[in-house]
Formats: sequence, structure tokens, C-alpha cells
Amino acid sequence: MPADVAIATAKVLFALFLALQIMGLGVFFERKVSALIQDRIGANRAAIFGFAGLGLVNTLIADPIKFLLKEDITPAQSDRLLHFIAPCASLVPALATFAVVPFGDVLALGGRLINLQGAELNVGLLFVLAMASLGVYGVVLAGWASNNRWSLLGGIRGSAQMISYEVAMGLALIGVVLTYNTLDLQEIARAQGRLLWGWLPAWGILYQPLAFVVFLVAGIAESKRIPFDLPESESELVSGYFTEYSGAKHLMFMMSDFVEVVLVAALVTTLFFGGWQVPYLARDGFHFPWGTAVALPSLVVALLQVTAFAVKVIAFTWLQIVIRWTLPRFRYDQLMRLGWKGLLPVSLANVMVSALLVLLAGRGA
Amino acid sequence: MTAPVFLLLAVLVVAAALTVVAHPSPVYSACALVVTLFLLSVFFVALDAQLVAVLQVIVYAGAIVVLFLFVIMLLNLTQPESRPTAGVPVVAVAVGGGIGIAALVAAALRRVPPAGAPALPEGFGDTAALARRLFTAYVLPFELTSVLLLVAIVGAVGLASRKG
Amino acid sequence: MPPGAPLTWYLGLSAVVFAIGTVGVLVRRNIIVIFMAIELMLNAVNLTFVAFARSLGSMDGQVIVFFVMTVAAAEAAVGLAIILALFRNRETTNADELVTLRW
Repeated sequence: MPADVAIATAKVLFALFLALQIMGLGVFFERKVSALIQDRIGANRAAIFGFAGLGLVNTLIADPIKFLLKEDITPAQSDRLLHFIAPCASLVPALATFAVVPFGDVLALGGRLINLQGAELNVGLLFVLAMASLGVYGVVLAGWASNNRWSLLGGIRGSAQMISYEVAMGLALIGVVLTYNTLDLQEIARAQGRLLWGWLPAWGILYQPLAFVVFLVAGIAESKRIPFDLPESESELVSGYFTEYSGAKHLMFMMSDFVEVVLVAALVTTLFFGGWQVPYLARDGFHFPWGTAVALPSLVVALLQVTAFAVKVIAFTWLQIVIRWTLPRFRYDQLMRLGWKGLLPVSLANVMVSALLVLLAGRGA
Repeated sequence: MTAPVFLLLAVLVVAAALTVVAHPSPVYSACALVVTLFLLSVFFVALDAQLVAVLQVIVYAGAIVVLFLFVIMLLNLTQPESRPTAGVPVVAVAVGGGIGIAALVAAALRRVPPAGAPALPEGFGDTAALARRLFTAYVLPFELTSVLLLVAIVGAVGLASRKG
Repeated sequence: MPPGAPLTWYLGLSAVVFAIGTVGVLVRRNIIVIFMAIELMLNAVNLTFVAFARSLGSMDGQVIVFFVMTVAAAEAAVGLAIILALFRNRETTNADELVTLRW
């Protein structure tokens, strides 16, 4: 019993650790990749003993210290309790979702098989949707508690955007559920280890390309990143719903922004790109299609899988950052039109076609 | 779910429910309602109803109460009411009445010969189990509910978008 | 029932929450809070259904809860639309002042 508790705690902490490390990397990428795209060098002035580390010192050490030491201002006549709760309400659901994201297959340790997933829920995908719906409260409470007309406007627009794209996200996920017949993310990741025609890893993108596109777009809209960042449009509404936040609370909103970027990347990897799957790697080692088999101990296999997962998540984080610095911003009515009149019908059609194909494939098999 | 955990969560649920009813600000009532719904979802998980628990968070806590908050903020309904709201006597009546009903229920149940809890079938509370029940025995209510939702959508849009 | 939390306790908790909701509907004057108290009552009933489903080993209780949730969502949407329309006409949400239908 205590061993179970210790293992469960360790898994959850590791998942959080992975998420936060990649988030930190994402913050660094944000500044450096944007600099590369805009043909400049980026922040590189803060240095420790002359070591500026390509701007790492600036982004990962100087910036957080600055945020934490800034004065924490609560606007007058605002609701203090809600002003305090809103950043937490924004960050906690985003982090909680990492409990169901699998970062490896199994680890054989001390005679037991440890499933490398924070919490094994048989309704894992719905848990993801539930946490996404709870993320709306941070936005709406932040906008309201700031006692500021523009914040309220940004908050209401932001939450309307979030609940609109939740629908498209959910429908895209139905296509995935139909294909894999399970809501458990670990089972979905495992099912992508099969080989089509003996050599092609059966990753989700081959089965549900449309769902991938819809889910990626809806995920970027959920996390209110450019091109969907009208609620916090830096050039129009100052900072939208978190204008009146400074210091640590502002840091929490920024963190939740990047945690959601990493979350969307992690979900896209798990559902459409095999998650922790390394092509041709099974639990006992490599099994190449041309016949060679390399036996590997369980720990090495697990390490390879975790590394593959991290690499894929970093790749999709990088993709979202590049998208952010390339595309202009949607106007609000264009945004809503895309969500309701664009993504929703497309994902509905995807569900129907997927259902038909699953039915036909089941009959034929 | 062990007894102390149950008691702790039950106290929190009752406290949150009292806040919903007694707090003068509607925004705080809405936030307390979210807390209540989330805690009830925890109870559902303890009662082997995982799908219903997650649906509770998605539908109730994540959509319905957001709708409430929207309306409160759009109409700026944060002014205090004309008449002072729930005071101590009202709270006492609420809790007292509830406990009274609970005592009656307990007494009634004690007369029924205690049926041994049947062994739960495999996958009780699972999505598959709920779906199997829903699409076989309850398919007609299911279809009627979807019609109801369509009517509600049309009605809500019609009511809210009328000009003047 | 799982040891330590007998069915009666769940029913008792449900009764208390239902009573609190009822008092809320009867005492409060703000329409939105009355609405929220109604949602509280519906949730108390949901808890009863799920507790009995577990106790009797039948999934029917959970199916009913599913329907209650759906109907509550529809009702909340239409009810809030009505409140919006009312507010547009009367500029008040105090139930004491919305008495036009009274004769």
C-alpha cells in the first residue's frame, strides 16, 4: 500500500516535472524563435559573470525573478478574493490535465509493472475536456474582478471563444474515440504501436488527419494563442483580461498560457503521433521489419519512450510558437465564424465518416 | 470511501451549498455552486459512476455555471437585494429541515430488510455500461432529449436575440 | 455499499442539500440565485440516484442522472434567455417586482 502511494506520487510528480520543464523551454523558444523569425538576436543582456547563455539566463532566471519581486497590485474597489483566485483557477486545471497524459509504456521495477501515466482513468479523454471547461473560470473571473471595463470585455470575449472552441475540440476527439474504441489515453497510445503492412507505424494521423487539424486549431484557440488571442490582444486591449495583474499573478497567467501550449502539444502527440511510441520499439526491445531484433532492458526502453515523447512535445510546442509569430490575429467575428461555421461542421462530418468507416471495417474483418 | 473522508467532503458540500444560498453577491454564489458541483462529482467517483462524474464537471460545472456567470456579468447584476437575505434563522431552518428529512429517510430504510449489496458487474459505471443501457432500454428518451435540446437552442436564441 | 459510507449517509447528505436549495428558492429575491438554488436541488437528486444505482447494482440510476443533466442544461439555457429578455424590458431582477402576471 505505501509503495503504491509512493509510486503514484512519483508518477504524477514526474509528469508535472516534464510539463514544467518543457514549459520553461517553451518560454525560451518563444523569445529566441521569435527573434530568429524577425531577424534579430533577442534578449541576451542579462548575464551571470559574463555568461549570457544565448539568452537562457535572461529568460529563465532574470525574468522569473523580476516577476516575483514586482509589487503585487490589486486595483481599488475590485473583488480581492476573486482577483486572487483567478490566476490559480487558470493554472490549476491546465496542470491537472497532465495527470492523464501517458509519457511511457510500462516500467518493470522490482517485480511490478508500473504504467507510466499519472492517473489511469478509463475516461481520460473526458477528463481532458472537463479540465478545459474549468479553465474558462480563470478568464471570466479575472476579467470581472479587475473592476476595469476593458478587462471585463476581454474576459467575456475570451470565455465565449473558449467555450465555442471546446465544442469543436470535443467533436474532433469523438473521431479519435471511434477509431480506437477507448477513452483511456494510454490505450490510445499503445494502439498506435501496430504496424500497417508490416512497416508503417499506425499513428493516429493516418486514421484521423482531419481530426488532427481541427484539434490543433481548436487547441490553439482554447489556449488563446495568436492567431486567436483577441481576449488578450497585446496591441489593442493592453492585456485584455489580465491587464490589472502584476507580479506573481501575471507570471501565473503567463505560465498557464505556456502550460496550455505544452498541453495541446502533448495531447496532439498522444492522439495523433503515437505519444511515446518509438517506431519498431516494443516492450522488450527493437523489432525491425527487416528481421533484426535488439533486446533492451525495460529501463532503457522506458527512457527511450520518455525521450521520444519529450522530443515530439517540444516539436509541437515549437510549431505553435512559429504559428504565433507568423500569422496575424483574427478579428472577433472571424474567430467565432471559424469556430461555429467552419470547425463544427467539419468535425461533425468527420465523426460521421469515421463512424461509417469503422462500421465497414468491422464488417469486413 | 472511508467515513472520515466522507464526513469531511460532506461538510464542505454543505458549506458550499449554504454559500450559494446565503451569500449576497451572485458571483460568489456562482463560484460556490462550482465548488459544490465539483465536490459532488468527487462523490460520484466514489460511488463508481466515473462517466457521470466527468460529465457533471463538463456539463454542469463547466458550461451551465459559466452561462450563469455570463448573464450575471453581462447584466451587471451585482447590486445587493432590496430585502436582507438569509440570516441565521433561515440557515438553521435549512439545515434543520434537511437533517429532519434525513432522519426520516434513515428510519424508513431501517424498516426495510437490509438487502446485501449485490456484486457489481464488471465495468460498472463505465462509458460502455452506460452507453449499453442508454441505447437499448432508454433509446426513446434519448432521442426525445436530443429533440428537447434542439428546441431549447432555438428557443434560447429566439428569446435572447429579439430586438427591443 | 463500500464500507464506511453507508447508503443512508449519502441520502442524508442529499436531503440536506435539497433542503438548502429549497430554502434558497423560497427566500432569495434575485432570480439568478433562485435559479442556482434550483440547480442545487437537481444535483441533490442526482446524488440520490447515483447512490441507489450503486446500492442496487443497476446502471439505470446513472442513465437517469444523464437525462437530468441534459434537461437541466436545456432548462438553464432557456431560463437564462428568459431572464435576459425580462431584464431588457423591466430593468430589474428582483422577483418581488416581476409581478405582471399576478391578478
